[in-house]
Amino acid sequence: MVAGADNRDVWVVVPLFNEATVISEVIDGVLAVFPNVVCVDDGSTDGSAALAAAAGAVVVRHPLNLGQGAALQTGFEYAQLDPGMRYVVTLDSDGQHQVVDALALVERLRQGDLDAALGSRFLDDRTKPGVLKRIVLWLAIGFTNATTGVKLTDAHNGLRAFTRDAVAKVRITQNRMAHASEIVSLIGRHRLRVEEIPVHILYTDYSRAKGQSLWNSVNILVDLMLK
Amino acid sequence: MDPQLPIKIILVAAVILVAALIVWPGRGARRVALRRLGTVALVLGAVAAIAFPEITGTIANFLGVGRGADLLLYGTVIAFVGFAFATRIEKRRVDAQITQIARAQAIASAHRPWEAERAA
Repeated sequence: MVAGADNRDVWVVVPLFNEATVISEVIDGVLAVFPNVVCVDDGSTDGSAALAAAAGAVVVRHPLNLGQGAALQTGFEYAQLDPGMRYVVTLDSDGQHQVVDALALVERLRQGDLDAALGSRFLDDRTKPGVLKRIVLWLAIGFTNATTGVKLTDAHNGLRAFTRDAVAKVRITQNRMAHASEIVSLIGRHRLRVEEIPVHILYTDYSRAKGQSLWNSVNILVDLMLK
Repeated sequence: MDPQLPIKIILVAAVILVAALIVWPGRGARRVALRRLGTVALVLGAVAAIAFPEITGTIANFLGVGRGADLLLYGTVIAFVGFAFATRIEKRRVDAQITQIARAQAIASAHRPWEAERAA
């Protein structure tokens, strides 16, 4: 395990859209553990991209806003250009994910028997979502499990880790929010070996205000049905 | 028998046809050809309806619809629904192309630290 001790073989992909308030702190935290961070700026208008670059991340800038799914796929394609990349981690830019959890996912993949490790906030009781959020996430996981054939406890968690082979197979075409279900569906189609790892989501007032709403789940359903 | 049965069958069949054309991927050539044949049929039908206004009424009566104007309205609704869906599909295709271009441009102009390391 010495080869990966400094995590130089990991690229952390952070989709970024208007998070100027927290992005510097998030990048600082990630860089303390992972030297390679790529922020895919999805047309931010609040200077987030410059802040991410100043904090030390590589910034890939979409010339226009395409959506979070598109930003993740751009990050995947960028990371695959680095011949030294062995693992890709995705992590949200709003500060709700913890770097120790990201590290746990990568360490799990280093054992070599998995293609992907997905964070789940429902494997232990550290995470405290509100009642409405619980209902939304419960409906989302029910839908995903029913349509993809992969059984998970939490499909809509942005903290994930993939091996190089897996990331080449997970090609996201859902530009907007439906990409979470699409990722699970691709995992099912390619029969990737996957395991869920318990993670702790920090629901700050900041992340709560920007999170998934019930309206968004309607949009996701429509996106998935009208391909 | 329900006197409006013929028009009901035709309208339901038309809606199903529109849905089938949307879901059925098909090849580019067939889709384009069908659309062009449809346009030609529409033009011929329009000319006929203008030159001999009474035929829309005759056809409407034959199908169990009260007036020719009603038949034209039904046809317009079906055509509009088909147009709306076709436009949506086309928009998806264009969106996918825009995504590819934007992504290629974004990645091309990004810094690649591993290349700098190799050069050093």
